Amino acid sequence: MKSSIRKIYVNFEKEEKWLNEMASIGLNFIHYSPIKYLFEQGTPGEYIYRLELLDKLPSHPESKAYIEFMEGTGAECVDTYLRWVYFRKRAAEGAFDIYSDYASRIKHYKRILSFMGTLWGLNIGSAIYNLWIGLEIGADRGFYFNAYISSVNWLVAVAFMPMLISYYKKIRKMKKEKQLYE
Amino acid sequence: MPESSERGALTEAVYYILLALHTPMHGYGIMQFVKEISNERVSLGPGTLYGAINTMLGKGWIKALSNEGDSRKKEYEITEAGRRVVEEEIKRLEELIINGKRIIRGEGK
Repeated sequence: MKSSIRKIYVNFEKEEKWLNEMASIGLNFIHYSPIKYLFEQGTPGEYIYRLELLDKLPSHPESKAYIEFMEGTGAECVDTYLRWVYFRKRAAEGAFDIYSDYASRIKHYKRILSFMGTLWGLNIGSAIYNLWIGLEIGADRGFYFNAYISSVNWLVAVAFMPMLISYYKKIRKMKKEKQLYE
Repeated sequence: MPESSERGALTEAVYYILLALHTPMHGYGIMQFVKEISNERVSLGPGTLYGAINTMLGKGWIKALSNEGDSRKKEYEITEAGRRVVEEEIKRLEELIINGKRIIRGEGK
């Protein structure tokens, strides 16, 4: 039996945690479309889910080779969205972590930080631009559409802040650890 | 990391992957080998393994055995250059262990 849940996540860590909580009660994630998660009823605790942001789009040969490699190690590529990949692996096969050292974990978080940071920057830019245009046109013709769009941009930009800060702190902490351990 | 001609230490992952590839193996085989040889202590993440394999292919420490491009079954093997790297690393590790044991036993320099 399939069921879908509408939800918005900006932080992939929280999204991953939620997907694993769902899997632990037997709802196995199978497909993502914007703000909609599709689940299939299964055995509770059968899978461990992991999210990864690839360097290139999933259709790129380098990404394809990587996904094939992952599948060769027992992981399954459940779905992809933009440059994100949803992997899962049977919990019976043991722990499932895509990265096992600080160097590669830091690299992954840096990639995510620059991806989300770019989206954040675009929103800020758009927020300022729309505010300016919106106020100009608004004052002129009483048409405030751009000003309204601007407020949405501001909200998105503000919603991104805690996540960006937490990724930044995490990278800094891992870099410190890396001076002592691998 | 290495400055001038000095060579840095290998990461645990790289060291064990090179040991594993004294016998040709594919990715999953390497993960199993490393888990076994370390008594379950080292669990290589597939993403970390993939990155290490590509870096080592680039350096010529390992080579891919031809297998029609399917990276699920592609096998790898250590090269002569890779064997030399492992030998150097073992010398370095021996030095660390000998010095460590002597000094913690209070035998001085």
